Amino acid sequence: MSDWKAICRVDDIPVLGARRVERPQGIAVAIFRNAQDQVFALLDRCPHKGGPLSQGIVFGTSVACPLHNWTIGLADGCAQAPDVGCTVPFSVKVDAGEVSLNAAELASLALDQTPPRAGPHATTSAPTFEVQTPHSP
Amino acid sequence: MKKMKLVMVGNGMAGVRTLEELLKIAPELYDITVFGAEPHPNYNRILLSPVLAGEQTLDEIILNPLDWYRDNRITLHTGTKVVHIDRKRRIVLAVGADGVEIEAEYDRLLMATGSNPFMLPVPGKDLEGVIGYRDIADTNAMIEAATRYRHAVVIGGGLLGLEAANGLMLRGMQVSVVHIMPSLMERQLDDVAGKLLQKSLEDRGLTFLMGAQTQALIGDKGEGKTGRADGEATTRSRVRAVQFKDGREIPADLVVMAAGIRPNTELAILCGLYCGDNNRSGLVVNDTMQTITDPRIYAVGECAAHRGTVYGLVAPLFEQGKVCATHLAQFGIGRYLGSQTSTKLKVTGIDLFSAGNFTGGADCEEIVMSDPYAGVYKKLVIQDDKLVGACLYGDTVDGSWYFKLLREGRKIADIRDKLMFGESNIGDTGHQGHSKAAAMADADEVCGCNGVTKGTICKAIKEKGLFTLDEVRKHTKASASCGSCTGLVEQLLMFTAGGDYSKAPTKKAMCGCTDASHQEARDAIRHDKLLTIASVFERLNWRTPNGCASCRPAINYYLISTWPKQAKDDPQSRFINERSHANIQKDGTYSVIPRMWGGETTADELRRIADAVDKYKIPTVKVTGGQRIDLLGVKKEDLVNVWRDIGMPSGHAYAKALRTVKTCVGSEWCRMGTQDSTQMGKDLERAMWRMYAPHKVKFAVSGCPRNCAEAGIKDVGVIGVDSGWEMYIAGNGGIKTEVAHFFVKVKTAEEVLEYTGAFCELYRQEGWYLERTVHYVNRVGLDHVKKKILDDSAGRKALWAQLQAALEGEPDPWFEFDKAAVDTRQFVALGVSA
Repeated sequence: MSDWKAICRVDDIPVLGARRVERPQGIAVAIFRNAQDQVFALLDRCPHKGGPLSQGIVFGTSVACPLHNWTIGLADGCAQAPDVGCTVPFSVKVDAGEVSLNAAELASLALDQTPPRAGPHATTSAPTFEVQTPHSP
Repeated sequence: MKKMKLVMVGNGMAGVRTLEELLKIAPELYDITVFGAEPHPNYNRILLSPVLAGEQTLDEIILNPLDWYRDNRITLHTGTKVVHIDRKRRIVLAVGADGVEIEAEYDRLLMATGSNPFMLPVPGKDLEGVIGYRDIADTNAMIEAATRYRHAVVIGGGLLGLEAANGLMLRGMQVSVVHIMPSLMERQLDDVAGKLLQKSLEDRGLTFLMGAQTQALIGDKGEGKTGRADGEATTRSRVRAVQFKDGREIPADLVVMAAGIRPNTELAILCGLYCGDNNRSGLVVNDTMQTITDPRIYAVGECAAHRGTVYGLVAPLFEQGKVCATHLAQFGIGRYLGSQTSTKLKVTGIDLFSAGNFTGGADCEEIVMSDPYAGVYKKLVIQDDKLVGACLYGDTVDGSWYFKLLREGRKIADIRDKLMFGESNIGDTGHQGHSKAAAMADADEVCGCNGVTKGTICKAIKEKGLFTLDEVRKHTKASASCGSCTGLVEQLLMFTAGGDYSKAPTKKAMCGCTDASHQEARDAIRHDKLLTIASVFERLNWRTPNGCASCRPAINYYLISTWPKQAKDDPQSRFINERSHANIQKDGTYSVIPRMWGGETTADELRRIADAVDKYKIPTVKVTGGQRIDLLGVKKEDLVNVWRDIGMPSGHAYAKALRTVKTCVGSEWCRMGTQDSTQMGKDLERAMWRMYAPHKVKFAVSGCPRNCAEAGIKDVGVIGVDSGWEMYIAGNGGIKTEVAHFFVKVKTAEEVLEYTGAFCELYRQEGWYLERTVHYVNRVGLDHVKKKILDDSAGRKALWAQLQAALEGEPDPWFEFDKAAVDTRQFVALGVSA
């Protein structure tokens, strides 16, 4: 019953690297490839301060967030202790070198989460840990 | 595969730490069984003194609650004494408090039996009310005695004895300390400090009998008196007095023997393990903590004798535990090479610290500061231009700093005149005036980067049982960012964790992936001509398959700086800024800073920048501190186009590389100028841009001594004077302002280039990753740099040539993507096809 969307070939993702997958709605999804050619997908938003995980350094089955170096597990999206927090994991299917994401998940997961803001027009009163408190944009 | 069986005899701090280290690296290798003679799980023995003094409770000092054993599937037998080890059949036999026998088979056995208090062999030592000071039972006995009796005598004026005496006094007893030597804590303090300590403790109400030799303990039924047989009586007699060799007697309802400890080797001797000639030392182990008698049997902690030394402080024992764990885990890479130790007395309100050879000797020099009235005494012992010992009384805030200098063996000539006044006067870690950790309020902020207060750190240390700087960093984030508060956090560890916390060892591992230090990694890459990250990991036995975000960028840098043009740069081992050649911002956009040679620009360049700002709707344009222009808020997809449109070289403002060369106007325009500083700056920048380094590198050139380019706080600062150029190195304007050292005065611009290039290349080859020039020069010493560059002209020219060769033909990453190994796929997001 699951509907899978083809995204790219495994080879389109750098080894120990990531690509960003834009969605029609919501924050992009980061797809990672590790040294064993396993592919993982997470919401491209660190549970700490919203850093784009797709830009981090990948090692083992983890990624280090580029903003403050939190280590996030690629399989479950959760921060390594003692840090606490999880980002949303997405299902991945790899078939004959073709990477697919689940259409239903892409269309429904984490649509309420907002990207971090910076610059002169960013609100200064944004809560520091707004991640886990869903609010409509 | 069937798991091997690991049995541990003893359930104390060193042993359990070994298990923790083992579980971290090989959680599935062993079925573990632990026998502990005490009826408690592992607790922090160091904190018994605060418990006795009523400052902490027993619950607070438990390190591993019973849940921990259960969660890690460790079979724990408390209150169970191991009575026999059958080494042939590899079986341990133990007897529980209820008399039930328990057998356990082992493949590996870990002896962690600790030590016993040394009980003076005098008549009456077995009377009731005569105890050692070692465990919870002793502590409870003392607390209980304090509620019922009045007179306490502590035999032994060492660390443990004084802590016991202080605790008993706080619990209302009249306490006399008997010490056989003329001054207190003679193994940790010199005479002067010992006398100051005695005076201070006398003021608090302790009585001292110095040079007194205990002859006998006398019981209330008359036992123990010289010439009479001990206790025939059926009910046990309680101690009543202490008698000395000179015939004096003092009343005593409680006698605490604190005259030293002896390794608990009873069981080891029984089963034939070598414990030194005549069984006089501890259980003798090799550098992998295996007993030399039986390689299946390991020993750690106070029961083990390593290279003739039995350690009694927690830091060395934890180091032993770590080595033992790696060997048990079959990595076999760790070697324990012995430790240097330091001491701190845990008596609230008395500050005392000593480390190394504090008594000095024939070829040592001493720096002494003594103010007996204020109760402050400091002695530093120096040998061969290195600090080898320190003894501090009354003001110990710099203890950890001195200990660091001592362990590192750093040359001290350059800081000698300020050494006595401590770290805050050297300013080695910045935030001056913040160094008095003890005096800070709980609400005071220690770590400015992560907003961590003293209270938070102390609470975490106590509640989570933290011992190391790394643990504090992980749990609180304090000192985990810029690191400028590291010294302060170490001090907090020292007086919160008590005694000798586990300081970072002299040789610091790069990260958790390896035991190799930065230097070892650099050396291996050079000596073995390693060219890939994988070969480094293999050669140095990395524990992780592809390292982590901390070691991989370091190794990548070491490879490309050691073998330019041969080792291949790995973009996936670079931090995002160096992978995308722009600075990531907090919202995931980037900033672009083009290079402006010597800080000069033109109308054309400004016009192109302005057009790009409009075209790509760049929200912020800012002039940087390094005389350049910063475009902030550029989307990643636009980076390549922005670079192309502005058509200026990369400023490398995102990289561990040469950044800006700041210049003043100089003689071309300035009426004060004596040299053409702008041209000098442009020449330096053109010669050395694209130079990757352990950390960012900044230059400045001023055209006269007014120094408008602020050359005194740059990695290399050049100041024009009438007769040539003065050069300064290793300055820093960042976390801690550090004035650059005067390096040399040269006549020509060519020399400025040569000397600057040679210094940069030396730093590139010898610096550790993320080490700024200021820290590098502090580590190796300015003399070393001078010797390599000023005294050795052939070496200098060679270094300059090496740098030029390394930079020859290096690409501009904003334009030559292939050559610079820029993966352009990153600038295009994937889409979800319909």
